[in-house]
Amino acid sequence: MNVLVYALHRDGAINKNSLGAVSEAARVAAELGGEAHAVLVGGDELTDELLASLGAFGAAKAWRVRGPEGLAQPVVDAMGVLMSEHGYEYAVFGGGLLGFEIGAGLAARIGAGVTMEVTRIAVDDGRLIAERPILGDSSISTSRYKGKGIVIGRLNAFDAREDPSAAPAAVEDLEVQFSDFSTRPRMVRRGEQRGEEINIEDADVLVAGGRGLGDKDGFGALEELAGVLGGAVAATRAVVDAGWYPYSAQIGQTGKTVAPKLYLAAGISGAIQHKVGMQGSENIVAINKDSNAPIFEFADLGIVGDLNKIVPKLTEAIRARKAS
Amino acid sequence: MAGPVVPRAFPPPVRPAEEFVAAPSDPEDERIEVGVVIVGGGPAGLACANRLMALLADEPELAASLGEVPVAVVEKGKACGAHNLSGALMRPSAIDELFPGADYPHFGRVTGESVLLLPSATRAIRLPTPPPFRNHGNVVVSVAELSRWLAERAEEAGAYVLTETAASSLLVSDGVVRGVRSGDKGRGRDGAPLANFEPGSDIVARATVLAEGTWGHLTGAAIERFGLARDPQEWALGVKEVWEVPRPLDRVIHTLGWPLRTGAKWGEFGGSWIYPMNRDGEPPRVSIGFVAGLGHRDATLSVHDVLQQFKTHPEIRRILEGGTRVAWGAKAIPEGGWWAMPRLDAPGMVIAGDAAGMVNVPELKGIHYAMHAGMLAAEHVVAALKAGSTDLSAYDGAVRSSLIGRDLYRSRNMKQPFRRGFFLGGAITNAMVATGGRFPGGHWATHADADAPVEVGDRAASYPRPDGTLTFDKLSSVYISGNATRDDAPDHIRVRRRVPRALAEAWRWMCPAGVYEIPEDAPADGDVDLIVNYTNCVQCGAISAKGGRLTTPEGGDGPLYRLT
Amino acid sequence: MKICVLVKEVPDAAVEKRIDPATGRMDRSGERALNPYDTHAIEAAMQIRESGVADVEEIVAVTMGPETAVRTLHRAVSLGADRSVHLTDPALAGSDVAATGYALATVLQRESPDLVLLGQQSDDGACYTIGAVVAEHLRMPSLTQVIEMDIAQGPDGLVLTCERQAEYGYDTVEVDLPAVISVGDAINEPRYPSLKAIMGAKKKPLETLDVAAAGLDPARVGEAGSQVVCGEFKAPPSKQGGEIIEDEDTDATVERIVAWFEERKLIA
Repeated sequence: MNVLVYALHRDGAINKNSLGAVSEAARVAAELGGEAHAVLVGGDELTDELLASLGAFGAAKAWRVRGPEGLAQPVVDAMGVLMSEHGYEYAVFGGGLLGFEIGAGLAARIGAGVTMEVTRIAVDDGRLIAERPILGDSSISTSRYKGKGIVIGRLNAFDAREDPSAAPAAVEDLEVQFSDFSTRPRMVRRGEQRGEEINIEDADVLVAGGRGLGDKDGFGALEELAGVLGGAVAATRAVVDAGWYPYSAQIGQTGKTVAPKLYLAAGISGAIQHKVGMQGSENIVAINKDSNAPIFEFADLGIVGDLNKIVPKLTEAIRARKAS
Repeated sequence: MAGPVVPRAFPPPVRPAEEFVAAPSDPEDERIEVGVVIVGGGPAGLACANRLMALLADEPELAASLGEVPVAVVEKGKACGAHNLSGALMRPSAIDELFPGADYPHFGRVTGESVLLLPSATRAIRLPTPPPFRNHGNVVVSVAELSRWLAERAEEAGAYVLTETAASSLLVSDGVVRGVRSGDKGRGRDGAPLANFEPGSDIVARATVLAEGTWGHLTGAAIERFGLARDPQEWALGVKEVWEVPRPLDRVIHTLGWPLRTGAKWGEFGGSWIYPMNRDGEPPRVSIGFVAGLGHRDATLSVHDVLQQFKTHPEIRRILEGGTRVAWGAKAIPEGGWWAMPRLDAPGMVIAGDAAGMVNVPELKGIHYAMHAGMLAAEHVVAALKAGSTDLSAYDGAVRSSLIGRDLYRSRNMKQPFRRGFFLGGAITNAMVATGGRFPGGHWATHADADAPVEVGDRAASYPRPDGTLTFDKLSSVYISGNATRDDAPDHIRVRRRVPRALAEAWRWMCPAGVYEIPEDAPADGDVDLIVNYTNCVQCGAISAKGGRLTTPEGGDGPLYRLT
Repeated sequence: MKICVLVKEVPDAAVEKRIDPATGRMDRSGERALNPYDTHAIEAAMQIRESGVADVEEIVAVTMGPETAVRTLHRAVSLGADRSVHLTDPALAGSDVAATGYALATVLQRESPDLVLLGQQSDDGACYTIGAVVAEHLRMPSLTQVIEMDIAQGPDGLVLTCERQAEYGYDTVEVDLPAVISVGDAINEPRYPSLKAIMGAKKKPLETLDVAAAGLDPARVGEAGSQVVCGEFKAPPSKQGGEIIEDEDTDATVERIVAWFEERKLIA
C-alpha cells in the first residue's frame, strides 16, 4: 500500500511539519510494503530540485501540481484525483492549520475516514492505525479505518529524519482540473508576520515567569534567555494580574495552552491552573527556590535554587556554547 | 505581636440598603414582567416554584392574570445546584409532600450510624448516638444534584428557570417590594463596561420570594431596609469533598473533637460528617466534610486545612484509602437558629430557607425546612395574589407555627452553650436535648461572628503538607470545583484592603479558596495591604460573616458543583 | 441574504472531561453548553446584519445533536438567530466528522444559505474541520481560522475579505459568496444575551428533523456510515520522574543544565 503525503511549502522551503510527515509516512509505508509519495501544489518555485530533495526524507516520488498556493481546496482536488486514480490507501498531513482543512475536505471528497491531532501512526494487522490524545491529554484514542484513511498530525508530533544518502524523489507532473468553487477564494496577501504580538502558541521554546521573579524587572533576564534559545516569553496569571507582563503571554486555565519542545518555568509554583496550560510540553524544566513547589512533581528537570543567579549564568553559557 | 483584633472594627465599604435597594429604573416597556419572581434556584426556591405551578394549575383565572411568565426563578450559578453544597442527610418529609412517590435522585437511606469522639490524632471513641444525630429514615442526597432535578420538574411544570442570572438589587417603591433587578454582564476588573456590556433588567413581579441561601445578598439588604433583624446571625463554614472509594461505606459517621480544640477560649465549635453515597451502577462514593463555627478566635484556623488534617486520622484514612477525590466545595451554614431568624416578610416579599437561617444546628438539617418554607411561601403568595394584596405577613406566623418553627424553637439554645467550651457546652446541650429544650431555657443570645476577636495562633504548623493523593491544597481544590471565572471579571468582594495583620491572617486562613493573600514583604505587625484574588472565590459566604461582604458576581461565575 | 450558523452542544468547559470508569467510554454526563467558538460565529452573523451592508433576512441556527441540544438552539436564538433547525435521530449517534458534515450539509442545502458560519473547533473532540467537509458537500469555497471578516458589495455580488491564521502568518483572502467560513475566537467579543431575549427564545420557530425528514442516506451516517472506528482508549505513557538538582555551585549547575539541553537537541 502506498501513502500520499502533502508537503506545504513557501519561498522554496518545505514546512518542517510536512517533512516530519514525509518521514513518518515513509516509515509506515515500508511496513505496509509500499512507498510514500509527496504532493506539492504551487507555482514556479516548485523546482525539480526542491521536489527531489524530499527523497532524503523518505519520499520515493514527488507529484508537482500547478495551482494556487496556500489554499486548501485546490489541494483537495489534486489529492482527490491521486487517491482515487493512483491507488493510495492513506494520506498523511503534518501538523498545521492548512492540513486540517485539506484533510477534512479530502475525506469528504473520497469518502474516507479522517483523524486529527494524531501523535503516532503505526501498522497493525496490515492496516494503518493512528493514535491521538483526548480529554486534555489524559487519554489516548486509537483510530482504525474501514477503508481509506487520512491522518492529520498534531503540531510538532512527527519528527523529520533526513538521510542525505537516500535517492532523490522521482518528480512527476500532474495536471488537475480544479473545481469551480476551489478557485473562487483569491489570495490577496500571504503569510504576513505580525511582529508586535508573537504567537506563543507556535514557539518551540518558551521561557515562562511567575511570582518568584519578584518584580516585573525579572522578565528582562527571561527575555534574554528566551533570545538565546530562540524562543518566546510566557507568564502566569498571577504576574499578568499584577501587571508585570501582558495578557497575550498568559498560560493556563484561563490563558493559552501550549506544547513547545521546551518549557522553562522560572519562579513558577506549578499550581494546576497553570499546569493545564503547559503540561503537554515535551521537556519541562523548572527553576524555583522552594523545593516543595508542586512544579517539581511533573518537571523533567528541576533546579532548586535562586533564579536570579541561575538564569543570567545559563544565558551566558548557552550563548558561549552556540558561538563555539 | 499586636493584641487581638475585632473584625467588626474594620467594616467593609458597603451600605446594602442604600446600594442594593432601589425603585425600578428601566422604561416601562423594557421591564420584564412576571407573576412571581423567586431569587435562588436551590431547594427552597425550587420547592416554591414547583408548589406555585401546582397551585396555579388549579387557579386558571389567577394563572392567566399573571401573564406569559407566571413564575420565574433567578439563579446566579451556571445551573441550579451549581452553587449548592451540603452533607447531606435529608428528612424526606418535604419532597414526599411535594412529589409523592417520585423517583428523585438520592444515595440511599441511612442504615446505620456512629458518632465518634476523637480525643487525638490517632484515637477514636465510639459514643452512643445522641438523639439529634439519629437519622433513621433519612436519605443521603447531594443537594447540587437534587436541585438540578427540582429545576427540571419546575420547568416541566411551566416555570421559567433563568440560570447565569444574578439578582443584584431589590426593587422597592412606595414601601412595597416590586421585584428584583438582574445583574449586569460584561464589566471589566475595575467595573467599567467592556465592549460587550449588557445591562441587567428590572424584573417586576407581583410577589418576590428570596431564597438565596446562606449569605443572601438581597436578603441582607432587605433585612436592613425593612428592619427585619432579630438576634445577629452566626455562621459556620463547611468544607466538603466527595471521594470514589474501593469499599462502600455502610453507615453515616459524625465525629466531634480533634482536630478542633475544646477550650472555651478558642471558640472552636464543629465536627465532621462522613456519609456513604452508594447507588446501583455507580462506583461507591463518600461525602466527607468538616464544619467549624466562624466565631473562632485563632486567626490561623482554616477549615479546609482542618479537613485535610482530619483525613489523616487512621479511622478516616482507612475509609478513603485507595480512593480518588472527585469533588470539593465549601459553603457557610447559618447557625443562629430560632433567635437569629429575622422577620420573614415585608410588603410584597417573603424569605425562605437558609437565607433566613432555617437550619437546625444540633441535627444538621436544613434542606427539608427550606423546602417546607418554599412551599408555605407559595401558598401564602397565591392567597395574597388572589386577594389582590401585597400583605404577606401571615407567612411569618405560618413558618413559626409549622414544624420548621417547632424544631428551631426546640433547639434554640443548643449551640450557644458551646461558647463555654466543648465539655461544659456539651453537658448543657445534652440537658437541653433531653428536656426538649426546656432546661435550662431562657434566651441564650447569639453573637455576631464579626464581633469575636481574632489573634494569630499556631495552628498552621499542624496542617499537613498536601500530598496530592489524600490531602490537597486550596488552589487545586478550587480547580475541581469547576470555577473558571474570567480573569477580567469585576471584583464582587467588599472588604477593607488595609487591615491589621491579625485580621488579614484570619481572612487568609479562613477562606477555603485562597482569595486573600498577604504580600511577602508585608510587615509582621501593623497594617498590611491585602491581595484579593477574587476570581478564585467559590462564593461560600464566610467573608460575609467575618468582616467583609460578598455581593453577587456576574451570573454564571463561580463553581459548578455537581455532586456536593 | 440568509446566513446559517452551525452550532454544537458540548460539555461545559468547567466539567472535568474523563472516561467513565464504568463504561470505558467518554463520560458525557454533566452540564452542556453552546460551543464557545460558535458564539463567535453567531456574533459575526449579527455584526454583518448590523453593518447594514447587506439585508440579512434571516439568521438560522442549525445543529445536529441529541434531544438536549434544543437548549443550545435556544441559546443561539437568544444571541440573535431568528429561528433554528434541529437534526436529531438516534441513528445519527456515532457519526464521525465526515458523516456529521454530510448530514449538516444536507440540512443546509434545504436552506440555500448565502453564507454558512461556524466556530472553527469544538470543545469536545477537537475536530477543526466540519466547515471543510460541509463546504465540500455544498460545493462552496471554505476558509477556516478566520479572525477577521469584512463584507462589501462587489461588482458581482457580496464579497468577503477575510484574514485567517495559517502556518506562515496571516493570509488575507477574498471570496465571493456563497461561502463557508469557520471563525476563530479572536474574531470578535460575543455579546451577552439580554434577559428578554433569553426568555423569548423558546417562542422562536424550531424545526425538528430526523434522518428521513432531512433526506439523509442512512448508510452514510451514524456508526455504520462512519469510516473511522475509534472506541479504544488507553492511558498515555507515564512520565518518568524528573531529575532534581540542588543548586550549590551555580557554575556547575548551569553546566549540567546545558548538557541536559544538548542531549535533547534543545540548543539550536
